[in-house]
Amino acid sequence: MQRVSRKSFVLSRQIRSASVWAQVPLGPPDAILGITDAFKRDDNPSKMNVGVGAYRDDAGKPYVLPSVRKAEQLLISKNLDKEYLPISGLASFTSASARLAFGEDSAVVKDGLNATVQSISGTGALSLGGLFLKRFYSTPLIHVPSPTWANHIPILKTAGLEIETYRYYDPNTCGFDFAGACQDLEALPEKSLVLLHACAHNPTGVDPTPEQWRQLASIVKKKQIFTFFDMAYQGFASGDVTSDAFAVRLFTEMGLPLVLAQSYSKNMGLYGERAGAFTVVTSNPDEQRAVESQLKIIIRGWYSNPPRNGVLIASELLNNTELREDWMKELSGMANRIIAMRSGLRDGLAKRGSSHDWSHITNQIGMFCYSGLNPDQVARLTNDFSVYLTKDGRISMAGVSSTNVDYLANAIHEVSK
Amino acid sequence: MSFFSNVELAPPDAVFHVTTAYNNDTSPDKCNLGVGAYRTDEGNPWVLPVVRSVETALAADETLNHEYLSIDGLKSYSDAASRLLLGSGSRAILESRACGVQSISGTGALRLAAEFLRRFYPQGKTVYISDPTWPNHRQIFSHAGHTDIRTYPYFHPGTFGLNFKGMMDTLSSADDGSIVVLHMCAHNPTGVDPTLDQWKQICQLVKAKKHFPIFDCAYQGFVTGDADVDAQSVHLFVENDIEFMAAQSFSKNFGLYNERAGNLTTVCATPDAAVAVRSQVKKIVRAMYSNPPNHGARIVSTVLNNKAYDAEWRANLKTMTDRILFMREQLYSKLQQLKTPGTWKHIEQQKGMFTYTGLSAQQVDYMQEVYHIYMLRSGRINMCGLTQRNLDHVAKAIDDAVKKFSSPKMSGRL
Repeated sequence: MQRVSRKSFVLSRQIRSASVWAQVPLGPPDAILGITDAFKRDDNPSKMNVGVGAYRDDAGKPYVLPSVRKAEQLLISKNLDKEYLPISGLASFTSASARLAFGEDSAVVKDGLNATVQSISGTGALSLGGLFLKRFYSTPLIHVPSPTWANHIPILKTAGLEIETYRYYDPNTCGFDFAGACQDLEALPEKSLVLLHACAHNPTGVDPTPEQWRQLASIVKKKQIFTFFDMAYQGFASGDVTSDAFAVRLFTEMGLPLVLAQSYSKNMGLYGERAGAFTVVTSNPDEQRAVESQLKIIIRGWYSNPPRNGVLIASELLNNTELREDWMKELSGMANRIIAMRSGLRDGLAKRGSSHDWSHITNQIGMFCYSGLNPDQVARLTNDFSVYLTKDGRISMAGVSSTNVDYLANAIHEVSK
Repeated sequence: MSFFSNVELAPPDAVFHVTTAYNNDTSPDKCNLGVGAYRTDEGNPWVLPVVRSVETALAADETLNHEYLSIDGLKSYSDAASRLLLGSGSRAILESRACGVQSISGTGALRLAAEFLRRFYPQGKTVYISDPTWPNHRQIFSHAGHTDIRTYPYFHPGTFGLNFKGMMDTLSSADDGSIVVLHMCAHNPTGVDPTLDQWKQICQLVKAKKHFPIFDCAYQGFVTGDADVDAQSVHLFVENDIEFMAAQSFSKNFGLYNERAGNLTTVCATPDAAVAVRSQVKKIVRAMYSNPPNHGARIVSTVLNNKAYDAEWRANLKTMTDRILFMREQLYSKLQQLKTPGTWKHIEQQKGMFTYTGLSAQQVDYMQEVYHIYMLRSGRINMCGLTQRNLDHVAKAIDDAVKKFSSPKMSGRL
């Protein structure tokens, strides 16, 4: 290495101290994913991570589904090349994904009216949908439930949409504010854009009942509302993919216009593989082709074509009869474990004589429990008990196990009594 | 009643369109000189042996899972990727001024750069891309909200080389602080790269004008077979204390096309800036796709961080580059033998996967119709599409097309 003269060293330091990025502010740590970072740094042996919504087995470990492992072995033996996927993704995956959502006998799928493209998991599907709607829908304003997954806001804003909310969660009941939701949707201008969680609402775990869905659908029909369904937990809510797709199928069968974001992060445990799909339900084959072509343009200027590994696995699980059966069993296994933890937590609180009504723990569905704890209580849970959850009191039940459910019950009781 | 009856059918993407047309052709003589993917001498895709070994090992490793990566990806991967680009002894790395963020291949890295610059570099009102350039460059920046995208002269149709004066003049008269997209090596589509001396001059100009360079690094290793040598242009900018971004792709040099392994490397003047840049790029990632795909990054990380695998990779890379160089030599030699009008030395001189032949659209169409040879209408051919088996067929087709339709590009050349 050349020795630099003192003059050029000072000069180069001056040059180097003037970064063009000197005014760039340090971005805030991501609220949800940041919690895992804090959890990792904590050395309390009793620590619990009930922050991020990633499933854990009863030993608190990440769970790679046996059917996924089998699919991976199968795929290795196929010795596939690594050629680019089409822009719209792996066809065997997108068609199976549409059938999973809309039903094997869905008229929409049979008539080829779905413009379904592979996406970078659920987030990518939401982005893609946001970008598409921003470009082609009549209004750039979308209504999201209050509360909703924190990341919905930056995703939709970055796509160029403005955001307003409608009532959803009732903090008094820790349940669904059905009357409030209906009122707010009824009050919207015609043809408004509305985001709905198809099942296992994140963060609240509060879902409409089938009868409530029917009533919501009739409002949607009356007001010609355009629905953006986010389905990140098909199979995770009840353990059954058909029941969990009830709302999506109801709206589709009623001919209500909609787009759909699907994720296989949780229901197949494919998190980091980024397997997802985005669908626009169109009215005729010409429209289907036009819409798909425009989705491809958005994708091409973003990442050209999608990653194959995750969807190749997902395609095996969806299309291979044996693996599909295995997958369904493993999926309901995960859902049932969560349901058992809900009971365990509720029982643990009752056992300690908590004076509060904790029925919402078992009424709510899916990965998350909206505990009803306030930010101070949440902070105490983290600081005093090393229980890591999001500020809004959302507990990822997937992070609870039979060995620590009681610890959690105790901690919650202590901060809330 | 439809909400989307106003949605127009978009034209098919030019590059993928060629492959579709090729796939539909039933002629046994067909050749695909269109898409930018490596092919063996048998005309087949090639999964690098080192990649196969690593994938098999990964699949057998029961300790691995599919958990989310960090927003900025797999650290062992992006660190190794940035090291590969800058050199492990790079001042930028040693001084913690380089930040690597995993991306969805090269396209994804460019998009992140474009999004970041739109938010944090308002003074960069104009984006300059080469003429010609990879068509998707324009789209990427436009989708990211850049409205003023212009070209700088690059390919010289008279010499089939670089229009260096034109390039320097345009970049010189551009507003200070413009965004300039440069191809690190193996320019796509022309294969024409500046000489080291020309790079030094470009570097000084960029410095004087305070332009912000973005290097498109999709072919590191594909020119000489040596990753360090191919990154010379980037190293030069580091040595000259210029801040820049580099969009890296492992699609070609690792043959990982569909796994979308890429990396956005930002070299900053200070470590603080590198930290701030990383945090803001992460924010963009989170709002667009949350976190990047695992698989490709794992493979690359495993290879680059293991001496034996790394050596095997470099040997695999050399296999690909040697074949390309051999095809260049051979095609040139066959055209000489056929006494095809025009000078064809550029076939040997241009670098990387592509050759900008200089064939006109008319000649290209003729070659497709009569000889079932597919290439882009710009005259760009993928050298990897050539094999010892089809060389004669392709040479004959070029010869025939050139003799049948003399092109303005060909006339006036000795």
